Amino acid sequence: MNAVEMIGITKRFPGIVANDNIHLTVKKGEIHALLGENGAGKSTLMNILFGLYQPDEGEIRIHEKKVTITGPTMANKLGIGMVHQHFMLVQPFTVTENIILGDERTSSGFIDYKKAEQEIQKLSDQYGLKVNPRAKIADISVGMQQRVEILKTLYRGAEIIIFDEPTAVLTPQEIDELMAIMRNLVKEGKTIIFITHKLKEIMSVCDRVTIIRRGKVIDTVNVADTNENQLAALMVGREVSFEVIKEEAKPTRTVLEVKNLVVEDQRGVPVVNGLDLEVRAGEIVGIAGVDGNGQSELIEAITGLMPIKQGKISLNGKNVAHLKADKGTRARRITEAGVGHIPEDRHKRGLVLDFGINENMVLQNYYQSPFSKGWTIQYDEVNKYANRLIEEFDVRTPSHETLARSLSGGNQQKAIIAREIDRNPDLLIAAQPTRGLDVGAIEFIHRRIVEHRDKGKAVLLVSFELDEILKLSDRIAVIYEGKIIGWVDPKTTTEEELGLLMAGRAKKEGQ
Amino acid sequence: MSQLNKQSTIVTALISIFLGIVVGAIAMQLAGYNAITAYQALFQGSLFQAFDLGETIRTTTPLILAGLSVAIAFRTGLFNIGVEGQMIIAQLSALIVGIKLNLPPGLHAIVAVLVGGIAGALWAFLPGFLKAVRGVHEVIICIMMNFIALYLSNVLIRNWLTESGADSTPKISPNASLRVDFLSEMFDHSRIHLGIVIALLMAFVMYYLLWRTKLGYELRAVGYNPYAAEYAGMNVKRNIIVSMLISGFFAGLAGAGEVLGTHGYIAIQSAFTGIGFDGIAVALLGANTPIGVIFSALLFGVLTYGSQNMEHMAQVPPELIRVVVAAIIFFVAANISGKLLDVVKTKRRAKES
Ligand SMILES: Nc1ncnc2c1ncn2[C@@H]1O[C@H](COP(=O)(O)OP(=O)(O)O)[C@@H](O)[C@H]1O
Ligand SMILES: [Mg+2]
Repeated sequence: MNAVEMIGITKRFPGIVANDNIHLTVKKGEIHALLGENGAGKSTLMNILFGLYQPDEGEIRIHEKKVTITGPTMANKLGIGMVHQHFMLVQPFTVTENIILGDERTSSGFIDYKKAEQEIQKLSDQYGLKVNPRAKIADISVGMQQRVEILKTLYRGAEIIIFDEPTAVLTPQEIDELMAIMRNLVKEGKTIIFITHKLKEIMSVCDRVTIIRRGKVIDTVNVADTNENQLAALMVGREVSFEVIKEEAKPTRTVLEVKNLVVEDQRGVPVVNGLDLEVRAGEIVGIAGVDGNGQSELIEAITGLMPIKQGKISLNGKNVAHLKADKGTRARRITEAGVGHIPEDRHKRGLVLDFGINENMVLQNYYQSPFSKGWTIQYDEVNKYANRLIEEFDVRTPSHETLARSLSGGNQQKAIIAREIDRNPDLLIAAQPTRGLDVGAIEFIHRRIVEHRDKGKAVLLVSFELDEILKLSDRIAVIYEGKIIGWVDPKTTTEEELGLLMAGRAKKEGQ
Repeated sequence: MSQLNKQSTIVTALISIFLGIVVGAIAMQLAGYNAITAYQALFQGSLFQAFDLGETIRTTTPLILAGLSVAIAFRTGLFNIGVEGQMIIAQLSALIVGIKLNLPPGLHAIVAVLVGGIAGALWAFLPGFLKAVRGVHEVIICIMMNFIALYLSNVLIRNWLTESGADSTPKISPNASLRVDFLSEMFDHSRIHLGIVIALLMAFVMYYLLWRTKLGYELRAVGYNPYAAEYAGMNVKRNIIVSMLISGFFAGLAGAGEVLGTHGYIAIQSAFTGIGFDGIAVALLGANTPIGVIFSALLFGVLTYGSQNMEHMAQVPPELIRVVVAAIIFFVAANISGKLLDVVKTKRRAKES
């Protein structure tokens, strides 16, 4: 029996066909993956199934009955639940309160918390979720919050559960646990639609996978009959290399030198604590480390976004640690001294989401010629420039005026990278440059970073993905509690050695 | 704001206005008045005769400037609820120039208007400065400054600007007046004045400033995302202060126009005029765009001035028109029209399939 059939679904947004005559069949009791690059149209399709969007054309059948899904409430009634990428939980409420929100079952006019709690506990046990119904959302981890979202759908009687990129926010450990939970769910008769662009996850839990590219279905295949390389090729539309192709680095002069740097957070705790670092022209230095060991603060200090307590930062031999902000801010002086910065959080720092792509492309140099003349901005020049970058960096957008908000994550990131690399900075700082992106976009971005190195520029890479650090870096510095506690050679090191260092076990002196 | 997308703001506004008028009609009927005659009186009484049209424009003038003032602050992420106080201080400063200085016609008016604008800007400086430097919420300071302005103005009027404790000041010098003969005659001796030209000019200035200049680019960036603005090397604090100065300048012009054009003097005020607060609604309905502000100010002008006529012609108390205004604001703020449109679309689809 088919749990879901979506037949000939088409959905247009201004300037783009997000879903183009899509056919999707999901069998009851299977884990069905939707695979596609960022912006392929996966979320749009599932938002249609969940009633958040109405399709322009096409029909939907649930359990082989034709339906029109007018909204999420209707979807719930049809037994469809969705776990969104961004959780919709009320932080100060308890798990139980969040789950019953919008589906409060009352007895004689009062909400029966006891009963709800028991029911939630039962569901949690049944599917191995290990959620405490009385915990406050604010006190539990992101992984747990996701399970609360799962419980929410189960409490509403979902038979078909949609997961929209659920692993993007999880740690590797939590990902394994989620996979186990998914298996439990299907064992109990649920049907799962799993959106992802991570091939490993598909290979490990899914039964079938439907590949979507630029709004069209490319194929539906049995996972047992395929492999990661084939899936990647189907998804991107060409062979994808998982390896970064680069030649031996030929480092020359020192571009960035950090000496005994101390940076304090708002509470006055030194989060970067006597850190030394050197990056030379023509090399990529990767900083490996567990999140929260001072990486973000190190970068914000170098780029002038955070004050420095003590120490020296020099760029091309010039000390910039205490640049006076006589003309513009310190951040601007440092940018002008030749630093490009791909920030770790593209929504917080990297983009003004409500600006068009054109205005975002000149965020670092809008005040310079030719983008401005006197006190005016020369929009003709800005647009011309934006169009060139859109072309060169393959940013998929309907036009240069499209708001950054409405681009997919991969294209947003490409826009930032275009802006930062095109200014040809002597030092490029790339923080989590590929977080949340698909293999096609990752390959593209890695290639651009290596190209930048090959132009004789220095690159400082920060990433929590060991894979990325190992592939891209020419030298790896391990950061632990605000200090660099060791350097390793990516060609000779092992994941084990790195893992130990990252956990704070310093290497023996003299190595 | 982010969920109001561009295409639908006009539709949203129109639907909200329509719904507001319907709610007003229901309220009138319930209160035992005839809504049709009331609305007839309202529009007839505000638009059909030259005199009334002139008075409607006169009512609209400060609403445009107050709306622009709130809108430009909004664009930088600030809520200028202090327009009321900035207007009062501007009014007072323009009046002092109008009474105490002796300048040739024309120049006197220009100086008085500018002094008013600058006074408004300076009154807005403090909340902007405290927000930028100490992180104090501008709303709190603005509200306090409104009261300081109100009572300061009253004290000065009573003790300095009037002879022997009268309730209102002498008239400004005719040289400083914004009234011009050809406008007054065109509109049958209503109190319309050059303030409307200033207001329309400022709407253009706001457009040009925000969407054509470097400063405008920075103000909008700071408003949308201060973290990205900081990343881009902008001076966020300075932009916050500049935005409040411009906002206060617009408010100041509104106040200067009132004293130099409409009234010619100021009286002791026991309460706020409400124009500054209406400016918030005007900006909201006008989606913080200059053109939107002009049209929504015009609507508010028609409603406000027309409601007085409604009382004469249809015996409906003008308070009922405040119900219409409140309902419109409610519908815009709650984006009811957006939700209605969604429901209609879904229903239509459900029928089709
Ligand atoms: N509400 C919307 N308005 C306009 N365009 C949208 C909207 N939602 C998605 N899009 C566009 O539709 C395309 C598909 O997006 P989406 O379904 O989110 O992709 P995916 O989930 O596969 O990454 C993208 O180009 C995106 O920019
Ligand atoms: Mg998506």
